[in-house]
Amino acid sequence: MARKISYSQAINEALALEMERDDSVIVMGEDVCGGRGTDQPLDAWGGVLGVTKGLYAKFGDRIMDTPISESGYIGAAIGAATCGLRPVAELMFIDFMGVCLDQIANQAAKFRYMFGGKAKTPVVIRTTIGGGFRAAAQHSQCWYPVFTHIPGIKVVVPSSPYDAKGLLTTAIRDNDPVIFCEHKALYALQGEVPEDSYTIPFKQANIVRAGKDVTIVALGLMVHRASEAAALLAEDGIETEIIDPRTTSPLDTETILSSVEKTGRLVVVDEASGRCGMAADISAMVAQKAFYALKTQIEMVTPPFTPVPFSPVLEDAYLPDASKIATAVRAVLEQKKIPAAS
Amino acid sequence: MPKQWKKENLLKAYRTMREIREFEERLHIEFATGEIPGFVHLYAGEEACATGVCLHLDDNDKIASTHRGHGHCIAKGVDIHAMMAEIYGKKTGTCGGKGGSMHIADLDKGMMGANGIVGAGPPLICGAGLAAKYKGTGGVGVAFFGDGASNQGTVYEAMNLSMAWDLPCFFVIENNGYAETTSPKYTVPGVENLADRAKGVGMPGITVDGFDFFAVHKAAGEMIERARNGGGPSLLEVKFTRYYGHFEGDAMAYRSKDEVKKIRATVDCLLQFRNKVVSAEMLTSTELDAIDQDVKALVDDSVVKAKAAPKPPLSDLITDVYVSY
Repeated sequence: MARKISYSQAINEALALEMERDDSVIVMGEDVCGGRGTDQPLDAWGGVLGVTKGLYAKFGDRIMDTPISESGYIGAAIGAATCGLRPVAELMFIDFMGVCLDQIANQAAKFRYMFGGKAKTPVVIRTTIGGGFRAAAQHSQCWYPVFTHIPGIKVVVPSSPYDAKGLLTTAIRDNDPVIFCEHKALYALQGEVPEDSYTIPFKQANIVRAGKDVTIVALGLMVHRASEAAALLAEDGIETEIIDPRTTSPLDTETILSSVEKTGRLVVVDEASGRCGMAADISAMVAQKAFYALKTQIEMVTPPFTPVPFSPVLEDAYLPDASKIATAVRAVLEQKKIPAAS
Repeated sequence: MPKQWKKENLLKAYRTMREIREFEERLHIEFATGEIPGFVHLYAGEEACATGVCLHLDDNDKIASTHRGHGHCIAKGVDIHAMMAEIYGKKTGTCGGKGGSMHIADLDKGMMGANGIVGAGPPLICGAGLAAKYKGTGGVGVAFFGDGASNQGTVYEAMNLSMAWDLPCFFVIENNGYAETTSPKYTVPGVENLADRAKGVGMPGITVDGFDFFAVHKAAGEMIERARNGGGPSLLEVKFTRYYGHFEGDAMAYRSKDEVKKIRATVDCLLQFRNKVVSAEMLTSTELDAIDQDVKALVDDSVVKAKAAPKPPLSDLITDVYVSY
């Protein structure tokens, strides 16, 4: 029986192993150590959610606290990456991308192409995504589609401790800018994770569950919601196949397409907004490339087109869940519209 | 001032400023023919800054530039033929024709890129300073930005971050008096010198006359050496003006008709330099004239070659988005 650790510990372990392996890897972010400038012991936080806790003891000043100054330090991480370091910058919440988007979208993403293939920007920006924490509209979003839209960036959305460690290791060793999206609701999730270092290639979807009736594509926390739905549906003899793309850019379209060619039916589940999001992107890709394999309509299970609400009753209604996913799967099987929410 | 200089350094300084001036004056002419695609922002008038700063740097030092970047490129040693070809969108350009005037970069020369986003360079240069400090290279990072960019949050953030991390960085405000069309008198009312911004982050800041090459060179030298020796970052404001519009094609309705004419005839950086070194008997007019001719021939040749150079093949459209796919 392999050792079990949490998603959060898996990320911490990947960082530690890569820092041991390669001196050019540094970690920076707001309070990634914590307590600097006070008369109290350092490592006060290890990041706001404790993911980098303990790294300071091993790596000292390679764990760099920053002012609350996202444009400044995300830009510095990008600049340092072009000068031979491999910075891993933590952005506390993906919602804060608004204050440093230029450095990512116009600088890091463009250097290689714009400079004629001469630049290399091996930076990883670790950030948190997702709702369910009653953190409301500015601390709960799933903005990975924004970055998936931009050529020159790679985007990772791990759904398990095993994937988190392997994909982060790949991200740190990769020579392109990577946005690494950690779902807050998964940090405590336990799973089997090898102690040694390992990589998981980008653009390699994980078939989480095999089935013949309907393909469900889901990312991050939604992989788990889809699995719950699949268990419900299995009680009625409906066999769903769950595909977790793991990286949205590059996207493993082949695994999705071959699954749809087998099942003839597609439901895409995403916690991000449905408009111009991953659900729309994957649905369009399948409609374009596997239209003749489809037996029925494609369904998308996404939140309503609203900001993330605060009140628990509203947020619960906002988030996709197993029941909504099961309803969509049944609608696809019956070629009927999803009934309006009561 | 020139008396303390070695002759070869004076010749190099003059040649660099002349290369920038000739390059920009020629682009002004060539752009009007319609053969150059896109936008071009000329650095003519500001040569003393790029030259005065970059003479203190080598390939190990990094600079971040602006949309008005040709002068910084030339002063940092980027090949003029490759620059001209880039501006013409040719395969032989610095970036293979994929960047253009606003994105010329040559990382081997420590030139981290002209930049189409106003104020984007200073955070990047903190990264360059961090890498130099971390690796112990002895290098410094220099961010050039304009009076307009000095109002961007990124500039303040970068200056502050460089203090928090004690980085070998140097920040240079090129105050040419116009953020596109708008004067700092409107955007930063009541502030005589933008160098005062340094006080807000606790770093030294001084203002120099940007038409005086020797003043820029001296001030920059002291601040760069300070950074290089672990003394921390500082801010230099260089005051001058640009001789052309914000971009080529700008009718400049926001400036008086004789403003540039008067400056060219009185305080122009090349004119002042020539007068000082000749009157100090460090260089002769003949030597300087020879450089003028040499540089003219060089820029002529760069235009001829750029026009004749091959366009990028269409296969280049989809290459080099990523290092690995």
